[in-house]
Amino acid sequence: MNLTLKIWRQKDSNAKGQMVDYKVTDISEHMSFLEMMDVLNEQLVNSGEEPVAFDHDCREGICGMCSMYINGEAHGPDRGITTCQLHMRMFKDGDTITIEPFRAAAFPVIKDLVVDRMAFERIQQAGGYISVNTSGNTQDANNLPISKHAADEAMDAATCIGCGACVATCKNSSAMLFVGAKVSQYALLPQGQVEAADRVQNMVAQMDLEGFGNCTNTGACEVECPKGISLDNIARMNRELMKAAIK
Amino acid sequence: MATLDSKVPKGPIQDKWTDYKNHINLVNPANKRHIDIIVVGTGLAGGSAAATLAELGYNVKAFAYQDSPRRAHSIAAQGGINAAKNYQGDGDSTYRLFYDTVKGGDYRSREANVYRLAEVSSNIIDQCVAQGVPFARDYGGLLDNRSFGGVLVSRTFYAKGQTGQQLLLGAYSAMNRQIARGKIEMFNRHEMLDVVKVDGKARGIIARNLITGEIERHSAHAVVIATGGYGNVYFLSTNAMGSNVTASWKIHKKGAFFANPCYTQIHPTCIPRSGDYQSKLTLMSESLRNDGRIWVPKNLEDVKAIREGRKKPTDLSEDERDYYLERRYPAFGNLVPRDVASRAAKERCDAGYGVNATGEAVYLDFAAAIERYGKEQAKIHNIDNASEAKIYELGQAIVEAKYGNLFQMYEKIVDQNPYETPMMIYPAVHYTMGGVWVDYNLMTTVPGLYCIGEANFSDHGANRLGASALMQGLADGYFVLPYTIGDYLSDDIRTGKISTDTKEFEEAEKEVKDKIEFFVTNKGTKSVDYFHKKLGKVMWDKCGMSRNEKGLKEAMVEIKAIREEFWKEVSVPGNSNEMNPELEKAGRVADFLELGELFAKDALTREESCGGHFREESAELDGPQKGEAKRNDKDFAFVSAWEYKGEPADAVLHKEELEFKDIELKQRSYK
Amino acid sequence: MGGFFKSSIGRKIAMALSAFFLMFFLIIHLAVNITSLFSEDVFNELSHFMGTNPLVQFALQPVLIFGVVFHFVMGFVLEIKNKKANGVAYAKNNGAANSTWMSRNMIYSGLAILAFIVLHFIDFWIPELNTKYVVGDMSGLHHGEFRYFNELVEKFHSHIRTIAYVLAFILLGLHLAHGFTSAFQSMGVTAGRKKTLQNIGKAYSIIIPLGFIIIALYHHLKYVLS
Repeated sequence: MNLTLKIWRQKDSNAKGQMVDYKVTDISEHMSFLEMMDVLNEQLVNSGEEPVAFDHDCREGICGMCSMYINGEAHGPDRGITTCQLHMRMFKDGDTITIEPFRAAAFPVIKDLVVDRMAFERIQQAGGYISVNTSGNTQDANNLPISKHAADEAMDAATCIGCGACVATCKNSSAMLFVGAKVSQYALLPQGQVEAADRVQNMVAQMDLEGFGNCTNTGACEVECPKGISLDNIARMNRELMKAAIK
Repeated sequence: MATLDSKVPKGPIQDKWTDYKNHINLVNPANKRHIDIIVVGTGLAGGSAAATLAELGYNVKAFAYQDSPRRAHSIAAQGGINAAKNYQGDGDSTYRLFYDTVKGGDYRSREANVYRLAEVSSNIIDQCVAQGVPFARDYGGLLDNRSFGGVLVSRTFYAKGQTGQQLLLGAYSAMNRQIARGKIEMFNRHEMLDVVKVDGKARGIIARNLITGEIERHSAHAVVIATGGYGNVYFLSTNAMGSNVTASWKIHKKGAFFANPCYTQIHPTCIPRSGDYQSKLTLMSESLRNDGRIWVPKNLEDVKAIREGRKKPTDLSEDERDYYLERRYPAFGNLVPRDVASRAAKERCDAGYGVNATGEAVYLDFAAAIERYGKEQAKIHNIDNASEAKIYELGQAIVEAKYGNLFQMYEKIVDQNPYETPMMIYPAVHYTMGGVWVDYNLMTTVPGLYCIGEANFSDHGANRLGASALMQGLADGYFVLPYTIGDYLSDDIRTGKISTDTKEFEEAEKEVKDKIEFFVTNKGTKSVDYFHKKLGKVMWDKCGMSRNEKGLKEAMVEIKAIREEFWKEVSVPGNSNEMNPELEKAGRVADFLELGELFAKDALTREESCGGHFREESAELDGPQKGEAKRNDKDFAFVSAWEYKGEPADAVLHKEELEFKDIELKQRSYK
Repeated sequence: MGGFFKSSIGRKIAMALSAFFLMFFLIIHLAVNITSLFSEDVFNELSHFMGTNPLVQFALQPVLIFGVVFHFVMGFVLEIKNKKANGVAYAKNNGAANSTWMSRNMIYSGLAILAFIVLHFIDFWIPELNTKYVVGDMSGLHHGEFRYFNELVEKFHSHIRTIAYVLAFILLGLHLAHGFTSAFQSMGVTAGRKKTLQNIGKAYSIIIPLGFIIIALYHHLKYVLS
């Protein structure tokens, strides 16, 4: 199929960006979206132009690196996937596709479609861990039975890939689904209890400091999240913070 | 020149590691503060090492080419991690894990390293649980296990189909804690482009800031390389797009020997290729072979009918199907090791039985498992005379709970519902057992330069068993390197800060800058990918699942020719002082083009079949094992460690003879 | 605790708490007003009680006013903060793909409700304060009878005002359709309890505005048809 692409081009973080139109032809419907971008870039390189910079790595939906806003949605129109898993069969011949970087004040553009998600790193550093040193002398893993229910729920929260689609899609650029998922993972496990109060307070404080917006419970993040992280995690984070404040 | 001393401690195998730890030199906590360590790569091995070294008190500088350590490709490992916990009471033990790993590796790994790996495997699980890794549990709240290919016990711990992700996030969280404490300085979006040696010792690296293009000098008392494998030399593999050999190759050129490059694992359960535009292949966890049955049609007419769309796989009766793994290997069936399963698939497809348009696909069928689980569930729920539809429904629910995310992934990519029609799979390059040669301390042939995880060669021999990569990465990073590196660094407590203002750094930096300058100014006509694809095709055709002398000789010539063309015709748009993904690729492909040739040379030298390396000239000619790979222990029970001498073809072979004192060398049989 | 309400989540919870209070007030308000459909006397009695009881007047009313002002001011503050958190605007944004119109436009339904409240204050509350506390007439009488019912009925003689009221209630309904469950979500309610809550929220966001609409239309039509 033949497509028109409207792509955000921006030389570097200081430059002013703009949408630029490109045409690609003979795109197979079995291609992934990023393979279609590869075709475009090969085309650009061969004509001596600079290819479109975009983040990507594993191309199997788990590393969380790819990050495009396609036709008005984070990771494009399909559900439960990242951009690298989006296939061209979701589009029709002759379509115009708008491709933009993830937008948020806390995610400045580095180049073209590449954004800086270091804010997420700093939030994790503020408390996204259990303070246990490596020793080889921790207790035997089975000395600490954990209900299957709690373990499964913690796992569901832990599947977050940190891509930032929740922030990109949120009309308030709120990071609460991301933070809520990490807080929840540890809040659900007995290992996480010791530091629970400090963790949620520090992570929320860092989240606020980074300039993310406030959650207004639109639920858009949950819909666009490639891993289906539930809004329940935000509610749990709210509870955790209340608990911590009362303590 | 350096000689190969594996430095394996004396004594009985089960005491080696403990004795070793009891007798090494330690660095006192006050002195650790004055010692810097560079860790390049922050996947399972690098991440866990960086975190542990920082916990111990060293100053760690960690480098990742992605924007976060959490994105390293360890994250894509699905199935699980082995540990000799024997929670299932099925007779597992450290010895058994050791034995299985050595046997699985086709007796081409170093016994002492593997034993140590098996020994610390239990600690890994304890450590990860303490970190909050949400492993799967049973209803009693205890940890659950599954079984994997090539072994007869259930020792694999898992977190849904995302075990690698959860373990990496565990190591990442440990790193974050140390970054917050200021003990790890994290350099995201940085790529190491060379190692710097001062007085023969590794004392720093040259790295490029991938955002600004700036070339930076970083010094340390020791350098740890944990940059993963080189599967992308094939262009198409299950590795991440950015996975590369550059760090390993640069240190090879600076004196680190490169061992067994030809040992490559071709994973049997990947989604088949669909067209030339394909940028990467997607792995489906090996755990699927627990429940899936692999088959192709018995008759070529059926193959033709299926390819032309006249028949569906579900139309074929049991009699018309060839469950070739169950037929050839009754003892292990669909759970034979990866190399065996891959070659068997290739054998069938080469014979014309491939079931998709490209002729390179076999079926992985869950119908039997769905029925079996369905009946089981019907019994559990006391449903008498359950209808077929009901049984199917109950069974599907179980399969979905076990493999739901994999099935969904398959459907998104292939656009077929694997509950209704069998999956199609085909082998793909997945993991490289070969890598930088290291001794028992995980140190390369360059003093102060360490190599851990997939990047080194040590533990998997000629073939890696499922769920062992995560085990090795974390063992190296959490439990081995932090001890062994201390022994080396105990000599450095009075060294003081290493200056980057020396001629060694200057020279290394200049070399890096010159190469970058060449790329951005070369007036070539072809994109980097053009050369990468061309290299990949030679590698797959001639150094793939089966290899022969003629093909390998041709490969060496062809790769050299591609390399020469590359240096003339490569075109890299953009500048050096900005984010430039094409420039990054160019540097990586340049290194693959050298490695590829050494790879072929290594495969050519190894005139035996072992593990993932199958030489057509070395197969059993008759008897019950007819057609199976034939190992030659008399002539080839050694590690091939290559020393760089300019051109890859001129590399000099050093042999580390492998001694097997605790395991008897045997023909691997899974029949 | 001070730090708590400065955090994004603390503010969100404060927003939810004020919303709970306002939603409770709406129930009381509707309960009083709905009596005007059935009995002039009951309505007058209740109005007089509410208008003159010191507890209501000097304890509950200031709290209510604070609640209203707080909810609005906080709403605006959060909206401004949220706008600041956005980077460059998307050239194309398909919000309808992942969220409801109501949830994305709380600020607009809120603004409309604010405009309505201004009108409502001019209509009822300011004259009421004037009569009671400026003029000093606490009797609630006009020409010897309770004035409340007549004042109410009189206001709905106008087409325009009636239409304005009905529109405002529809927007209130939309505001509540998201706001009700949103407030509970902010307070940390999840999972099992959610489905029931969603249903209650739906019912609440329909019944309350509908009740007010019926009152307005009833009095208007009664006047027009008589």
